[in-house]
Amino acid sequence: MQPFLFDRADSVTEALRAAPDATVVAGGTNLVDYMRLGVVSPKHLVDINGLSQETAALGRITLDHQGLRLGALVRMAEAEDHPGIRARYPVLADSLALAASRQIRTMASLGGNLLQRTRCEYFREASWPCNKRRPGSGCAALDGLNRQHAVLGTSDACIATYPGDMAQALLVLDAQVELTGPRGVRLVPVAKVHRQPGTTPYLETTLAPDELITALVVPASPWSWRSRYVKVRDRRSYAFALASAAVALDLESGRVKQARIALGGVATVPWRAEAAEAALVGKPLDEGAARVAADAAFAGARTRAHNAFKVPLGQEVLVQALLQAGALQPPPPTSRNGVTHA
Amino acid sequence: MGAPVARIDGRLKVTGQARYPADTPLHNLAHAVMVTSTIARGRIRSLDTTAAAAVPGVLLVLTRDRAQGQLTAPKFGTGGSTSIQPLNEERIWHDGQMLAIVVAETQEAAQEAADLVAVTYDHDTPSAGFDTSGVEIVAGAGASPMYPEDPKAGDFDTAFKAAPVVLDATYNTAAQHHNPMELFSTTAEWNNGRLTVYEPSQFVAGWRAQLAKQLDMDAANIRVVSEYIGGAFGSKGPMTPRTAAVALAAKLVQRPVRCVCTRAQGYTTATFRAETRQRIRMGAGRDGKIRAFSHEGWELTSRPDDYVVGGTETTARLYAYGAVHTKVQLVKADRNTPGYMRSPPETPYVFGLECAMDEMAEKLGLDPVEFRRVNDTQADPVSGKRYTSRSLMRCYDEAAAAFGWQRRLDAGVWKTGAMRDGDWLVGLGCATAVYPTQVAPCAARVRLTADGKALVQTAAHEIGTGVRTVAAQTAAQALGLSVEDVTVEMGDSALPAGPVAGGSVSTASVCSAVLKACGGIRDKLYRAATINSGPPATPESFTLRDGMAVLDSGRSAPLSALFQKLGTTQLEDYAEFAPEGSAPGAVEQLRQGNPGIMGGAKGPVLMYAFGAEFVEVRVHARTGEIRVPRMVGAFAAGRIMNPRTARSQLLGGMIWGLGAALHEMTEIDPRRARTVNRDLQDYLVPVNADVEGVEVILVPETDTEVNPAGVKGLGELGNVGTSSAIASAIYHATGRRLRDIPMRLDKLLQLQQT
Repeated sequence: MQPFLFDRADSVTEALRAAPDATVVAGGTNLVDYMRLGVVSPKHLVDINGLSQETAALGRITLDHQGLRLGALVRMAEAEDHPGIRARYPVLADSLALAASRQIRTMASLGGNLLQRTRCEYFREASWPCNKRRPGSGCAALDGLNRQHAVLGTSDACIATYPGDMAQALLVLDAQVELTGPRGVRLVPVAKVHRQPGTTPYLETTLAPDELITALVVPASPWSWRSRYVKVRDRRSYAFALASAAVALDLESGRVKQARIALGGVATVPWRAEAAEAALVGKPLDEGAARVAADAAFAGARTRAHNAFKVPLGQEVLVQALLQAGALQPPPPTSRNGVTHA
Repeated sequence: MGAPVARIDGRLKVTGQARYPADTPLHNLAHAVMVTSTIARGRIRSLDTTAAAAVPGVLLVLTRDRAQGQLTAPKFGTGGSTSIQPLNEERIWHDGQMLAIVVAETQEAAQEAADLVAVTYDHDTPSAGFDTSGVEIVAGAGASPMYPEDPKAGDFDTAFKAAPVVLDATYNTAAQHHNPMELFSTTAEWNNGRLTVYEPSQFVAGWRAQLAKQLDMDAANIRVVSEYIGGAFGSKGPMTPRTAAVALAAKLVQRPVRCVCTRAQGYTTATFRAETRQRIRMGAGRDGKIRAFSHEGWELTSRPDDYVVGGTETTARLYAYGAVHTKVQLVKADRNTPGYMRSPPETPYVFGLECAMDEMAEKLGLDPVEFRRVNDTQADPVSGKRYTSRSLMRCYDEAAAAFGWQRRLDAGVWKTGAMRDGDWLVGLGCATAVYPTQVAPCAARVRLTADGKALVQTAAHEIGTGVRTVAAQTAAQALGLSVEDVTVEMGDSALPAGPVAGGSVSTASVCSAVLKACGGIRDKLYRAATINSGPPATPESFTLRDGMAVLDSGRSAPLSALFQKLGTTQLEDYAEFAPEGSAPGAVEQLRQGNPGIMGGAKGPVLMYAFGAEFVEVRVHARTGEIRVPRMVGAFAAGRIMNPRTARSQLLGGMIWGLGAALHEMTEIDPRRARTVNRDLQDYLVPVNADVEGVEVILVPETDTEVNPAGVKGLGELGNVGTSSAIASAIYHATGRRLRDIPMRLDKLLQLQQT
C-alpha cells in the first residue's frame, strides 16, 4: 500500500470536481482490499459517503407505481431487507442476499457493487502478467489455473469473470443506471455499462471518468415478481458464483410471452442471454423448453483447461432458475402496489 | 470421565482481553514488513534498497548483505521448519521466499518501503509438483528419523495374485494450509544482551534452543513467550527462519521490532500440508478377509528438506491384512518445505485406505461396517504387537445406532442413487478415525498456598485445545480445590519445560506431570497431618477434599492448619514426567529442543485412539452441489479429562474433515510453481452454512497402560477419516467414485459427462 490523499466530498458538485483525477470510495469493500494488495494504488481517494447528507436521494430507496429507484449509496443489506423489493423484484432481493456476507453487504454500496472488479487470482496478485492490470503484459490465466474463469465474452487478452450478482438481476429487470456528470444527468441501461474485454480488458465500463453513479432505476413491470436468481458456488455461503442465472418471465396461460435471462459467474460481463430468451418465446415453460434455452445460452461458450464444467453447470443452473421462476405465485395485491420507503 | 468444565480462559478470549503475542505492548516499538520473492526458482540478480531506505521513518532494510554472518542456518527436523535461512541465500528455493525485512517507525512506512524494494532475478524453470518435469524422487524410508522404514509383512505379491477379489486404485489429496485465524508474527526485544521473543508458538522450549543456535547465543539468555495462541494446527510448531531474522533486526536497530506477516505471506513463509498421491492394492477372500494390502505413497517436499509424513506407519497396522507392503517416496520440487498439519500422516493416508475399504466392501457385497468388523484386530499385522486398547468396533456400533445406518442397509447396502429427496440425491457413508496415542516428557511446578489457591506452571501451550483448563482441573482434583482456585501459567520458556503442542501429546503429558507435582505436595501435607497425630493413617486413606485434608474417616483438618503446623504459607513441588521407555534425561533433552515423543507404534505395544464417523450427504442431481447435513462420530480415547473440551476438539476435527473433503486446496500454478490462492477469499474453508448437524459420542474406554493419566490425545483424531466417509456417502448417493480431495462439483459433473 502506498501513501494517498484522502478527503471527503460534501456535495455531488464537489465529488464531480475531484472525480476525473481521484478515485471515489463508498463502502470500500472492494477498493480498499485491492489497495492493500497493491492491485490499485490511487493517489487520491474521495469518500462520498457523506453525500447522502446533502442529497438525500443518494441514500434512499423509492418504490412506487413507476418502479424502483435505488440511491447509489444505499447499502446492499438495506435493499435486501426491503419488503417491497422482495415482493415485486424477488430476483433483485435474492441476488443481494446471496452475495458476499451480511457484514460486507452492510458496508457495500449498490453503486460500488455494480462496478466491483474481477476476482481473477492473476489480477489480484500484482506480480503476475495481466492485461487488465498492466496493459500489454499478457494474461496468466489463459493457460493457468482458470477454473473460476469465464466461458462467455472472453478474448485472447482476458478471460476474467465479472464477479457480481446484482448486475444480472438488474439486467433482467431492464434497469438503468443514473449517471451524474458535469454535462448533467443521463440514464444508461445496465446492459450498456460493462465492456467485454476484447483487446482492451483494462477498459471495463462505458462510464466517463468525471461521472458518478447516483442511482439505479428499475422500471415497474407487471411480471417482475416472476423472477428468480439461482447461484451455485463452492460452498453454501460467502463465495463468488461458479455459475448463476437471473430470470424474469412473462407467462400467459403457461406459455412464455417474454423472457429475460442473465448469467453470472460464467462471463466477463453481466451476460444477457438473448438467444436463450428468444428460444423460449411462445413455448410452454417446461424442462424441455428450458433445456433448449440453456443450450442456446451457452452456444458461443469458449472453454479453457479447467473451466469446461461451467457449460453444463451454467445450463443446469439456468434450467433450475427458469423452472423455479415459472412456479412462483404472484404476491398479494397490497404489496404488489408497493410502498415508499425512506 | 472428568467434569465438563468450561474453558477457564474462554471469557478472556471472547471479550478480547487475552493478549496474543502481537498484542504485547512494548515501549519504542518499531514495525517490520517482509519482502518476498515473486519467483520460485532462480537467483537474486540485484536487490536495490535505495528507494525503500529513502522512505521517511525507515530504520533498516535487512538484506543478505546486511545479515551476512550473523545468522546461522536452522537445522531442519529438530524444530526448524527448514534448513534454509533465506537471508543467507542468493538462491531462490520457492515462491514467496523471504528476501528482506524492512523496519520502520510505523507499519505504514515499513509497508510502503517494502513495496519499493526493487528485486531482479535470474530465472530458472521451476518444478511445481507431481506432474511437472524436473522433480527428484527419493525414498521416504530413512529420510527422516520419524520414518525409519516402510512397514512390511509376508509376501504381498503372492498373496495379491492369489486373492479372488482385488482392488487397485489411486487416490490424491490436495495441498492445504492451516490458516489459523491469528496471523504469523514475531516480536523481538533485547535487553542487556538478553532476548525476549513474543511469537505464537507450539514449542517454546524448542524455539529457545533453536534461537540459541541460529543467533549463536546461550539459551539461558533467551526467553520465548507465547501465552495465548490464535489457532496453530501445526503451523506454529517448527520455528520458521523469520524469527531469528526479526531478532537480528531488533538488535541492529536497538529497538523492539514487531513483524506481522500478511495472510498471503503465511502461505509461503510458513509450512503447509503437502499433496500426496497414493496407490492402494488390496486382495481379499470371498469370506471378506483381507489377504494382501499394499499402500504406496508419494509425498511432495522441497528441494532442501526431506519432510516425510509416512502415514503407512498407521495404515499398515489398522486391519488384519495378512501380507503387507508399503512404500513411501518423496517428490522434491521447487516449493517451500511442508510441515505438520493436524494429524499429518493419518489425514491423507487414512483417506486413501478408508476409500479403498469402501470400494473393497462393495466388491465383496458386504456392509462396510461388517467388512471392518471381519478385519478388526487387536494386534499389529506387521509386528504382532498388541494394541493396549482398541475400541474401534464399539465406536462403529454406537455411531451406527445413533446415526441410523440401518436405513442404508434397509435400502440395499450397495444400491446407489436409491435415496432421493426431490432434486437431492441422498447418500450415507462411514469411515474409521485413528490416531496414535503419544506422550512426551514434561516438567511442571505446582504451588499451593495456605489460602487454598494453587498455581500450576509449565511451558506447555494452549493452542485452543483446552489444555490450560484440563491442567487446572487435574490440579484441582488432586489438591481438593475448586477449578476457580487454580491459576495456570503456560507458554513461556522461562517456566518448567513443556512438550511441543504436537502429536496430541499435551493433555496426557501435562496432566501426568501436574499429577506428579501435586503428588509431591500431597506427600508433604500427609507428613504434616500425621506428625504427632495419634494412630498413623495410611497414605491411601489420605485425601484432599474441599480445602480439607482428610486423614481417615474420623479425622480431618483444614489445609490452613497443616500449613501452620509446617510453619509456612506455601508448599511447592517441581516434578518431571518422562514416558515409559524414555532415554534418561528426557526432560533435559526437552530443554535442548528434543520433544521426545513416545507411543503410537514405536514401543513394545501399540497405542492408538479410534473412532468411527458416519455422514449423510446430499448431492444436487442437476448441479452436483454437495452438502453434508449430518455427521455422527463416536470416539474412544481412554480417560476423558473434560468431556466439554474433548467434544469441542472432536467436533472441530470433524468440521476440519468436512473442509478437507469439500473445500480446501492450495492451488499451485504448474508453470511458475507459485501459490495462486493465498487468502481466505480463494482458499475456501467451511462457513457456518456448510456445517449442519454434528454429533460427538464419547465411548467409555479405560487404558491404564498408555500413560499415568490414562489419556489418549484426541485433538487430531476427529479429522481423520471424515473425508473418506464423505466420499463413501457421495458414492452411495450418486454411484460415482471420487478418489481425489477436495471433492468439488466439477469432478462430479465431469464423471456425469463421461
